[in-house]
Amino acid sequence: MSSSWKMHPVTQLFLARFREFIRQPEAVFWSYVFPLVMMIALGLAFRSEPMEAISIVVQTGPGSETLQTTLSGSKNLIVSTGIEAECRQQLRAGQSELIVVAQSNGEKSGYQFTFDPTRPGSVHARDVVNDVLQRAAGRTDPVETADLAVTEPGSRYIDFLVPGLIGMGLMGGGVWGVGFAIVDMRIRQVLKRFLGTPMKKPHFVAAMMFSRMVFMIPEIIIVLLVSRFVFGVVNHGSYFSVMLLIALGAFEFAGIGLLIASRAKTLEAVSGLMNLAMVPMWIGSGIFFSSKRFPEFVQPVIELLPLTPLIGGLRHVMQEGAGLHQILPELAIILIWGAVTFFLAIRIFRWE
Amino acid sequence: MSYAIECRQLTKTWPGNPPVEAVRGIDLQVERGTCFGVLGPNGAGKTTTIEICEGLLQATSGDAIVLGKNWATDADKIRQEIGISLQETRLSEKLTVLETLTLFRSFYRSGMDPAEAIAKVSLQEKANARIKALSGGQRQRVAVATALVGNPKLLFLDEPTTGLDPQSRRDLWRIITEFREGGGTVLLTTHYMDEAERLCDRVAIFDRGKILAIDSPQQLIADLGAEHVVVFTVSGQNPASLPEDFGVGLPGVISARLETEHRCLSVREPHIAIPSLLALINERGLRLTSLTTRQATLEDVFVHFAGHGLNETSDGGAL
Repeated sequence: MSSSWKMHPVTQLFLARFREFIRQPEAVFWSYVFPLVMMIALGLAFRSEPMEAISIVVQTGPGSETLQTTLSGSKNLIVSTGIEAECRQQLRAGQSELIVVAQSNGEKSGYQFTFDPTRPGSVHARDVVNDVLQRAAGRTDPVETADLAVTEPGSRYIDFLVPGLIGMGLMGGGVWGVGFAIVDMRIRQVLKRFLGTPMKKPHFVAAMMFSRMVFMIPEIIIVLLVSRFVFGVVNHGSYFSVMLLIALGAFEFAGIGLLIASRAKTLEAVSGLMNLAMVPMWIGSGIFFSSKRFPEFVQPVIELLPLTPLIGGLRHVMQEGAGLHQILPELAIILIWGAVTFFLAIRIFRWE
Repeated sequence: MSYAIECRQLTKTWPGNPPVEAVRGIDLQVERGTCFGVLGPNGAGKTTTIEICEGLLQATSGDAIVLGKNWATDADKIRQEIGISLQETRLSEKLTVLETLTLFRSFYRSGMDPAEAIAKVSLQEKANARIKALSGGQRQRVAVATALVGNPKLLFLDEPTTGLDPQSRRDLWRIITEFREGGGTVLLTTHYMDEAERLCDRVAIFDRGKILAIDSPQQLIADLGAEHVVVFTVSGQNPASLPEDFGVGLPGVISARLETEHRCLSVREPHIAIPSLLALINERGLRLTSLTTRQATLEDVFVHFAGHGLNETSDGGAL
């Protein structure tokens, strides 16, 4: 009996963990539904649609009616009118991107633009309105240009977002799932009780990591299926590379969760440590926007955070179709994080 | 054959300011096949001593030899041969009794079938119930079953019946007795004196990290020199002004003490002591309001040695 795999301590510890997890419906719900809700909400909010019409405001005064008629002829512009104070108010509130005032002194007439140069929408509105007014005044373009629109899957925000959400899910699941479970067992004195048996410590740690890697499988499948069939996100690389990254990522964050929980005695303490560990990655590792937006001097730090290579590797594979040999540096960093945290955790682990 | 447990000059000091000396030089031997009781109030060093013997704590100095083996060199061998029930373990509520025992069974090289362990604690009907659905007494039986499933030679039980109802206590006493009848050795801590008198071949009385006395319960009581206790109350002119040792000096009275309003006399021969006590009460113009006699118990032994009641903590505060 004791020789069969079913009675191996790792199997039994895994089964115990697995049963505890599936018998807690609310935990299952949140670990699988939360990433999905996040993806759907963000996918809808940032869905890629043709540029919307630009809202601008014409300040009432001499010549404003002609101006309004000219501008309203452009289908890209939504034009409203108002007195100076109203115009300022609309610009401040972001309801309008630009204020246009007709000016005339003597025979010479012109226009004045009021806009915020730090707002991309404002700058764009100024250029569009300027173009419309110049053409209406008789400007002809000396060079002919042609536009070719490209919005193919792989270059949209949702394509960028899905690898980020997978990475975020692996991080949260590993750190929370493993960390809370261990501190809970320590509080209940179960760890101390195990210490009084011949159970081998690496068996316990291996079972915790293994169970985490199994729990994340449905989560990943749900996210990949919904992103494929609802948002049309396709994987341009190999599924093997994606799965390898995900499996190593789950291993890495189980190790980090284990290390964070290795000495904490209360749920409050472990929550604080978890947030301390995860906040830099939520912000820096490029879940929602590219981590390249941060200044050059922090890039070396960001690149070594545990989450950055995971998300980066997933994007290389899924968006750019990178081969396995092209993500070796990412895989190496992930593997090192997992192995180092695993061994450190075993070394400093407190059983009571 | 070696002892099941042998402690030599065991000490445990917790670092701090000031350091806490939880165990201050314990020597004890537990013979194989016996039940040994560790008695004493909270804070006496019982749990610290038992946890050193279980290999959960390291002694500051001294040795704890378990089943002839040393923790420093043979920890895994010892763990294969002992079973433990901690004072407070909350087993996972989501698992069933059978699943919990199967898990614990997997840690041991040899042992009994999980179902057999469940039968030993008479929980067959609850084998597939989750721990969450069990009563306190049933949970404690599961905890003892996890200690039995590895077929141990030595069982450590730290306050196994604290907080249980009388029926559950009797159930556990039966389990412990059956284990002993099968040749096992038991070390248990308790602060119930009746439990120790009933189960233990020998007991050690702990107070403030030291052993005050160590012997069989019967011998400890006999050594008091007074196997009977006369308990009485008096009323009359300001009974509180009577000295605490009221009654000492009467023929056959060994010692006297005051327990709230009850006065207890340890006596050798009640038929001589009681008439002289009644005469003394009359003489003082007091009125006897109650009088009973009982056999001396380990509780009296404890008070005799410690100079304070069991329901006070080791540092003198009330429990």
